[in-house]
Amino acid sequence: MERIPILRIGRVLLVTIQVDMHDRLAMSLQDDLTARIVSDQAAGVLIDISALDIVDSFIGRMLGNIASMARILDAETVVVGMQPSVAITLVELGLSLPGIRTALNVDRGMDLLRVSEDEGERKAGT
Amino acid sequence: MSSGPVALSLQAQEDVVLVRQTVRSLAVKIGLNLVDQTKIITAASELARNTVVYGGGGKVTVEEVTKGPRVGIRMTFEDAGPGIADIERALTDGYTSGGGLGLGLGGAKRLSDEFVIDSTPGVGTKVTIARWKP
Repeated sequence: MERIPILRIGRVLLVTIQVDMHDRLAMSLQDDLTARIVSDQAAGVLIDISALDIVDSFIGRMLGNIASMARILDAETVVVGMQPSVAITLVELGLSLPGIRTALNVDRGMDLLRVSEDEGERKAGT
Repeated sequence: MSSGPVALSLQAQEDVVLVRQTVRSLAVKIGLNLVDQTKIITAASELARNTVVYGGGGKVTVEEVTKGPRVGIRMTFEDAGPGIADIERALTDGYTSGGGLGLGLGGAKRLSDEFVIDSTPGVGTKVTIARWKP
């Protein structure tokens, strides 16, 4: 069965979506990611959607679900690389992706995750 | 050169992907700009999913259309599903009969230049949308 690969870099899980996903594939990514957050003890999830030409309400909902589930599992999610035309369309569609942190590219997304991890450690007094 | 209408069956999730790809090719061919391409492909994706998930399957016809000097893309989604009793309500953001976000129908309308819906409970639903090159 086809799967979207999940890579681990330090404590961050990196997903680059490079195919036009049908709904079941999107759902399996959601399941795989939540399982990997726990098994890899990940602190962050970085989802690169720069190769996606469109994000419709289903994919939007999946991104929101991943961010919510990750948060409950003590991991931060950052969605990076959204194309401007996709952002325009999403807002017109009525989907503003509440609760999802975004960054322009993978580098900035990694910075964002590093900052929140540092803050978390400070709060924990380590 | 105008190409003829393309009819695609909509039975499974994979068919939704094929609709997106077909609409993208035609949108590129008629020279829609990137934002308009993205909007019409997204609208097509929402309606194709509705046909599969809520309509119990059906078909879509994708075609290039002209109106005087203008060129555009038109799609007609048809299913023989349960139909929609209250179309106004179905077009309201946040209203859903399934597990979705309730943005599909209203969102597709906002992303299109033309939107016509005809639905009869117990008979089926037909939605036609069009986007014109500015």
